[in-house]
Amino acid sequence: MDAVEQKQTKTPAELMAIVEALIFVSEEPITTKVLADVLEENRQTIDAAVEELKNEFESREGGLQLREIAGGWQISTRTEYHEEVRRYLKTRPSAKLSLASLETLAVIAYKQPVTVPEILEIRGVQSASAIKTLLDKRLIVAKGRKETVGRPMMYGTSKDFLIQFGLKDLSELPSIEDFEDLAGSLAQEQ
Amino acid sequence: MTDSQPEQFTFDFFKEQPHIIAESGDELKITLGKFAGPLDLLLYLIKQEQANIFDIPIAKITDEYLKYVRLMKSLDIAVAADFLVMAATLIEIKSKLLLPRDPFAPEEEEFEDPRKELVDRLLEYEKYKSAAQMLYERTTVEQAVFPRGRIESDENNAEVDASVFDILTVFQKILARHVDEIKMEIHREEISLADMIKTLKKRIVDEIELSVTAFFEEMHSKRELVTAFIAVLEIVRAEGIRLTQSKTFGDIILKKV
Repeated sequence: MDAVEQKQTKTPAELMAIVEALIFVSEEPITTKVLADVLEENRQTIDAAVEELKNEFESREGGLQLREIAGGWQISTRTEYHEEVRRYLKTRPSAKLSLASLETLAVIAYKQPVTVPEILEIRGVQSASAIKTLLDKRLIVAKGRKETVGRPMMYGTSKDFLIQFGLKDLSELPSIEDFEDLAGSLAQEQ
Repeated sequence: MTDSQPEQFTFDFFKEQPHIIAESGDELKITLGKFAGPLDLLLYLIKQEQANIFDIPIAKITDEYLKYVRLMKSLDIAVAADFLVMAATLIEIKSKLLLPRDPFAPEEEEFEDPRKELVDRLLEYEKYKSAAQMLYERTTVEQAVFPRGRIESDENNAEVDASVFDILTVFQKILARHVDEIKMEIHREEISLADMIKTLKKRIVDEIELSVTAFFEEMHSKRELVTAFIAVLEIVRAEGIRLTQSKTFGDIILKKV
């Protein structure tokens, strides 16, 4: 143990190997900050090691990929092999969200923090049960109360949302104006 | 729910789009799907009529809309209030359009199309409908990606966030125990919520990790217990104190973030 305790400078290859090991054991996407803290290295060194590791994963074209997700890094299987993986795990695609829940989630993702009346205004329909579903699935969280009449609860998306939708962070969502163009062009066509 | 009968819950964004197939004359044949709301139904009807969204033939669309709502009723589908609100809005717009313009209105006053507000709402809604579709596509892709399997052990799973309901359960357990214990309350020492919060805050700072159960157990009366419970809720909400649980159904710990 004592030999390991001594702080030695690690070669880039060693660093990559350790980073890979840590990402592998982490249950949640692991941030480069945590990696840097554990390895007692600076962020730039770790960022470079992770980037290099990512390239290695890609050039190897194996069954695994290294992805940046919810602000951290995660090793997962490649989409191409989902059928075989699923056959082994004996799972089926899990229940998908209803149309109402997806719409409500879309409004919350783009307008957060947003209150129930504001969601109603956009969707034109009560969203109480959709909000409950989203809360139960931990895709959204309460973000305090709005200082207005009735102090309604405000909602925003959670870290689980980023993980389940495979997003690095919220900025990775296409901008809502892109959808405006889409909707607009459809209207023009008619 | 996910494993036993998943098909029933699986939902296909494209396949389950509702259809209304108009057949000869006035008869409507409907494959009932679910419209996400009145705006969704309205958009559908406008597309069905191949109408321009900026120039909605209000009379025709209103008729179609009411026909659909009536059909929902006749089929005993509970018509959500929101659908009726939209029906009223459509009828209002229709009647406004029928009325001649006030001849005495000043010339320069821009004529406001009564349909404008509705069009704006439809366009706004349509953006989020597209965004919902994008989210749907993303989950489909994400479901084909598997991270490393979870190690099934609560002990390894450092911290599960405890919810308000978890403390409520603890609170109810202790409260139930207290009911049996109550002997006689001779004098009542009133402790205010503010004092209780102060005490609790100090305890958390001193002890770093404070068990919610232990804290509740220290209370002497039901009244104090209730104050303690509210203090816990308040401190979690306002003071950046976290509730953590080392395993499911385990003890809940108060901790400074």
